[in-house]
Amino acid sequence: MLNPADGADSRLVPAAPAGAAERVSMLRIGWIGFRTIVIREYGRIMRIWGQTLAPAAVTTILYLAIFGNLVGRRMGGLEGFSYLQYLAPALIMMQVIINSYGNVVSSFFGAKFGKHVEELLVSPLPNWLIVSGYMAGGLVRGTLVALVVSAVSLIFVRLPVQHPGAVIAAALLTSAVFSLAGFINALFARNFEQMNIIPTFVLTPLTYFGGTFYSINMLPGWAHRLSLADPVLYMVNAFRYGFLGLSDVNVMASLGMMAALVVALFAAATALLNRGVGVRE
Amino acid sequence: MLALSTRALTKTYKNGVQALRGIDLDVEQGDFFALLGPNGAGKTTLIGIVTSLVNKTGGTATIFGHDVDRELERAKSCIGVVPQEINFNQFESPLTIVVNQAGFYGVPRPEARRRAERYLKQLQLWDKRAGPARGLSGGMKRRLMIARALMHEPRLLILDEPTAGVDIEVRRSMWEFLRDINLAGTTIILTTHYLEEAETLCRNIAIIDKGGIIERDRVGNLLRRLNTETFVLNTREPISAAPQVPAFTLRLVDDHTLEVEVSKEQNLNELFGYLTAQRVSVLSMRNKVNRLEEVFMRLVENRGDGA
Repeated sequence: MLNPADGADSRLVPAAPAGAAERVSMLRIGWIGFRTIVIREYGRIMRIWGQTLAPAAVTTILYLAIFGNLVGRRMGGLEGFSYLQYLAPALIMMQVIINSYGNVVSSFFGAKFGKHVEELLVSPLPNWLIVSGYMAGGLVRGTLVALVVSAVSLIFVRLPVQHPGAVIAAALLTSAVFSLAGFINALFARNFEQMNIIPTFVLTPLTYFGGTFYSINMLPGWAHRLSLADPVLYMVNAFRYGFLGLSDVNVMASLGMMAALVVALFAAATALLNRGVGVRE
Repeated sequence: MLALSTRALTKTYKNGVQALRGIDLDVEQGDFFALLGPNGAGKTTLIGIVTSLVNKTGGTATIFGHDVDRELERAKSCIGVVPQEINFNQFESPLTIVVNQAGFYGVPRPEARRRAERYLKQLQLWDKRAGPARGLSGGMKRRLMIARALMHEPRLLILDEPTAGVDIEVRRSMWEFLRDINLAGTTIILTTHYLEEAETLCRNIAIIDKGGIIERDRVGNLLRRLNTETFVLNTREPISAAPQVPAFTLRLVDDHTLEVEVSKEQNLNELFGYLTAQRVSVLSMRNKVNRLEEVFMRLVENRGDGA
């Protein structure tokens, strides 16, 4: 038998006739709902830390040990800094990109696949808040990974921070851009393969050709011009500028471009969710 | 006040299937309402539109006066839904699932934890609150979805086949629980394949078939319209042929079982008189199917014949 009268309080939904939920202001529902999504995402990140945080640390150690230490030692310095110092900020940014994207695409697609996305879709949360919540989840993962990878990098190299504002702004904006891109990918993905196509065939090449391992000033004219079309170049350079004060591109323009991308992707993700793409019949 | 009102609600899926063909439906506040229909009749689509999981093609729907087109968030804040399929994160614990759900409706965390304790205890899930939900039995998972739907104390609770696959004891306990919730003021809309469930719990009923409402009445009125009932008689001694009884048609099911159709105008004493005269001793008698099932089958079959 179930226990209608058991428990700390035997009351059975007495608030229902008066409409307790309805009386709550939509602002309060929105704020508490947004916080709940972020708490749930944080819980997920920490619950599966072996998949969410540890790989970034291991990959960075390998990059720094092999490319930075063994290969980089023979390359000499770049614009007054050791190759390791030049490489480390870009590696942090690379992990921010991969993890922000990966967090949202896997979390939201997992929710679609397991149908528990319906918990959010039937709730009174407006779609723009659902998008914001997942974006914030991506930001949390991106920030945690950035801290872990920075700590790992400090074992190998001393990193000066010349413009902390640029470091924070570039990291947060980049994380937001790729969280939103991951959300859109998850909306369209119908299976796990479609979830992995973008990271493999788009993100990785963009990251590798985006000045992560080298300065684009070292490239011949045509390759230099081609690199300027890669958005990751601006993100990596703005972030590197924050640490070293060096950049191949205009930093303010880079931050402006990232902010514009955040706005555009946020609007696109919300519009797609409003239309029910991938989640409503 | 109407808890739910739909007008000319239509839904045509991309593949051309017309799931709803202009549904007009009113459910009064405080009602315990059954929505019945064969598989594919449109029940889940109707619930999907009301809960915003399905985009409607046309028509209007309001929840406690809130139009789902103009005040979707307000409308949704009034509804708690228990879907047909399991739709919670099975890697999360029951406690996390229900507390988070309350958060999505604006219930602060301390209050959500208090409610979680109350509902998980009432639904006998408190001992299972900490482990992953995938370890729960089928019946427990259904109860967890009921607890989750109650966390924001909705004015309208929609249950889409909540007792499917649940054993009889748990099903009856759930009925009792739902009846108490309804008595406390929550309007309940229930879809079910167990017509006994609808007959036991619900005051009003709508039968939906091929995307349209074919009947809408009080359960009592609907049952009163049942002109004939089929009874199954178990005999003490074996019999080799169905007895010939004036005005009654009996059918031999096996050597100890007879079936007879009895109309409202006929008298059962008369039937037993004839049987006694023919030395057929009846040990027990029961309805072949429950009464609502009989009405339901006739309505759906008549419609099928006419189509």
